[in-house]
Amino acid sequence: MSAKPEPWQTAEIAGPKKALVITKPEIAAAMIKRAKRSILVVGYLSTKTDKDTGKMIDYAIRLNKAAGIPIVATAHTIQEFVKKGFEQATQMNAMDIGNRLKDPTWKGLDGKGPYDVALFMGLPYYMEFVILSGLKHFSTNLKTISLDRYYNPHATWSFPNLKVEDWNQSFETMISKLGGN
Amino acid sequence: MVKKGLVVKAKELKTDVALVKNLELSIGKIIDDTWDEPMGPTPFPSMTDLRDWDFKLLQRYKPFYLPYCDVCCLCTFGKCDLSGDKRGACGLNMAAQQSRIVLLACCIGAATHIAHGRHLIDHLIEKYGRRIPLDSGGLNIDVEAPVTRLVVGVKPETLQDLEEVLDWCEEQVTSCLSSAHTGQEGNNIDFESKAFHVGMADQVGMEVADLAQISVLNLPKADPEAPLVELGFGVADVKKPTILVIGHNVPSSVGIIDYLTKKKMLGKVEVVGICCTAHDLTRYEPSAKIVGPISWQLKYIRSGLADLIVVDEQCIRADTLEEAQKVKTPVIASSPKNCLGLKNRTNDLAKELVDDLVEAKVPGVLILDPDKAGEVAVEAAIAVAPKRKRFNIIPDLEAIKAAGEACGGCNECIRACPNNQPIPEAMKAAALGDLDPLATILGECVGCARCDSACPKDFSLHSFMIKAGEEKLWEEKFMMRSGRGSISDVEIRNVGGPIVLGEIPGVIAIVGCSNYPEGGEAVAEIAEEFAKRRFIVVLSGCAAMSVATVKDEEGKSLYEKYPGGFEAGGILNVGSCVSNSHIAGAAIKIASIFAKRNLRANYEEIADYIHNRVGAVGLAWGAYSQKAAAIASGFWRLGVPVVVGPHGSKYRRMLLGRADKKEDWYVYDARTGDRVYVGPAPEHLFTTAESKEEAIVMLMKLCMRPNDTTKGRSMKLTHYIDSHKRYFGVMPDDVHLFIRNKMDIPITMKPEILKILEEKGWKETRIPDPTLLKRMIRKRG
Ligand code: SF4
Ligand code: SF4
Ligand code: SF4
Repeated sequence: MSAKPEPWQTAEIAGPKKALVITKPEIAAAMIKRAKRSILVVGYLSTKTDKDTGKMIDYAIRLNKAAGIPIVATAHTIQEFVKKGFEQATQMNAMDIGNRLKDPTWKGLDGKGPYDVALFMGLPYYMEFVILSGLKHFSTNLKTISLDRYYNPHATWSFPNLKVEDWNQSFETMISKLGGN
Repeated sequence: MVKKGLVVKAKELKTDVALVKNLELSIGKIIDDTWDEPMGPTPFPSMTDLRDWDFKLLQRYKPFYLPYCDVCCLCTFGKCDLSGDKRGACGLNMAAQQSRIVLLACCIGAATHIAHGRHLIDHLIEKYGRRIPLDSGGLNIDVEAPVTRLVVGVKPETLQDLEEVLDWCEEQVTSCLSSAHTGQEGNNIDFESKAFHVGMADQVGMEVADLAQISVLNLPKADPEAPLVELGFGVADVKKPTILVIGHNVPSSVGIIDYLTKKKMLGKVEVVGICCTAHDLTRYEPSAKIVGPISWQLKYIRSGLADLIVVDEQCIRADTLEEAQKVKTPVIASSPKNCLGLKNRTNDLAKELVDDLVEAKVPGVLILDPDKAGEVAVEAAIAVAPKRKRFNIIPDLEAIKAAGEACGGCNECIRACPNNQPIPEAMKAAALGDLDPLATILGECVGCARCDSACPKDFSLHSFMIKAGEEKLWEEKFMMRSGRGSISDVEIRNVGGPIVLGEIPGVIAIVGCSNYPEGGEAVAEIAEEFAKRRFIVVLSGCAAMSVATVKDEEGKSLYEKYPGGFEAGGILNVGSCVSNSHIAGAAIKIASIFAKRNLRANYEEIADYIHNRVGAVGLAWGAYSQKAAAIASGFWRLGVPVVVGPHGSKYRRMLLGRADKKEDWYVYDARTGDRVYVGPAPEHLFTTAESKEEAIVMLMKLCMRPNDTTKGRSMKLTHYIDSHKRYFGVMPDDVHLFIRNKMDIPITMKPEILKILEEKGWKETRIPDPTLLKRMIRKRG
């Protein structure tokens, strides 16, 4: 696993405040465990089944089951969740959920209060890049984690650029550390 | 109309002898009384005249900023790290900096259209005189120049009347731009308001430019049956000498057509175009052809198909000259804004210029006289063609295979690709003789050649893709309806009522460039979805071209299948970028013709009308340019929502409503003065759709307006719910927010929706005569 904090798209540099690299999936699992209220935002690339993104949506469902993290499915991702028998995801526009996560007074999907950790996966790289930036600069008590295969520098923590096998393994480890299967 | 002069306005003027209130003096102005409409409150508005209106919109649709990076590097006081709650050396914070970037983009975009208009009008006045009457639709159009009437309060009648309108536009751009200077504006919402202002000026500038060229060059005048023209990579007859024109400002292309006509050579030389110049070229001469949108530039040049290239202005690749040289194609630059480093030869004899280009003594020339550019282009192309023999730099299969074998798999290409195309894998396949993956990439490629630049082995990767996909490229032959220009008054009269009452479910304007995330077919799919559902689909620019590129089983494009009128189920191409003004113009004319509201300098009232009543939404699926930002901004100020494709997220700011905040969605009932909850309609003013499926559903939802009748709302809800189920697989979870009373519920969905209403604790509300403006309340308490 290369732990270099290097953006996947070469020009997408962030500035002085860059995401910390998740060198071990155990760290991500620990962060999720430590979070009071976390949320997982899943973009439509997670439904594509090419070699780069295969299984992503399944990992999202397993993460939900392992850690009870509620899922926001952006764009038409929701359809794939439903097809897989997962009915609990909430459909929302990616910018809309970004905007709400920014707001410390937003009461969350369940009306129980704001989130302190938001995990992202499956949005187009550059779109996730700017949303993470919006949250980095304008949210108050939120930490963000990018679970994509590529280092996304505006997150608080991000996976580095990973080979598919290593990325898959990271999810497996994370899910098992969270007590899921 | 108002003739040039000096206006002095004073709310209160105190002198030694008197106190004068509401004084207005016009020195040197002749107020033309042929226009009997009374002057509204904001003639020639300044940067702050509509600020209150902006603040109303921005209170509901708050900015969500999306910085590219943590720093500001705009002045030598910096670089400044603005991350967290830090401020720069000048005191600016990140929100203000991002809104400033938005303003800058809008200023650049507006300046581009306005300067385009100025160039065009100077040229037309020089050639045809000042007194040429303006005519965009003959007897079918009474309300000509609706945007200009609304914004500045004049009714232009001849070319010269447009000059003072442009004076005002130029002043606005300069003022707005100046506010971006270090130590000027410091508040993000004020920056936003200025971005709206310059966007509004942009709409005026676009209208002026198109009105002038429609009138003087006799382009189609609000013609729903504007001619069908050919479009595609393979449309030109390769046996004929070919001139390729690229850009947006048509005079040099007109020069080519005029020269060919004069010499009776029309049809003997192919004239093909890329980007908006191609639109306007075919509006002028329908036998000219269109290669495609802006992303087709390198494909066409590298394939050696052009014997001569004429560039004018905007969206032209900066490396056109270098690319052209590789294929021995001479270039004529024809705009002062884009000289490409070439020597200005405007005053040289045409023959000398032709000789120099034909003998390749120079790679290109700058000719600022459009007629001379036309003559030189034709003569040089005819002489160059037999020498060049379609020389091209598309590599053969062996070369690609060898490159595939030599590729180190370093990933630099994919990491440079805006669409993350799997080029390294495709190169591996190419090494084995399989070019299919490279051909597939071409379908999702925006032709930027960043992969070429990034490759440490200097492989010409984009050319590899062109070779791999050449068979499909050559088959590209489509029909597009050329730009019709404005919307006629009769059309507005027919649909104004059904739109405002919500019975035509919406007007979808698909505009902008071809920076598509996954190819241009998506645009055609989106357009057809709405036309089938009997929305009105209005197109312009590169999007209008992309819509032509999908054929049905009978080989017909959407333009051949759907009517070109502003009517339910119509698919209309208004024309080039500057024709976007007619889309705003149509919305404005609904207020004037259908609702009989005064337009003259009455911006706020009309924007309020449109925002609350006209279910129009813009989609810029492939937007990339600053002009697209300015165009969007003009729509925001009118209260018309805009959706962009994923790359549009990089505009760095969205304007988002909060459906969960009930307090944000109250309007006044103009009949009673009561404040009435109307639900989040429209929910956002600017957002990004991640996929074409989301774009479709989002556009359906954003068509809802507080004024919808129950019949209209139930129809809009039917489309929203139906598309939501179809593309998202589930019932939307916000339907209850859009139902005012049970009559709004689509009949076929009643049981299902009633159940939802019960679960959500829904309460009936009433349908007001909606307005955000207190002054529009008729009954005073
Ligand atoms: S404009 Fe302000 S924030 Fe930007 S570099 Fe200059 S001092 Fe810093
Ligand atoms: S030319 Fe096409 S493949 Fe190459 S970087 Fe640009 S979009 Fe990607
Ligand atoms: S940049 Fe060039 S060498 Fe590197 S993977 Fe791409 S094609 Fe191969």
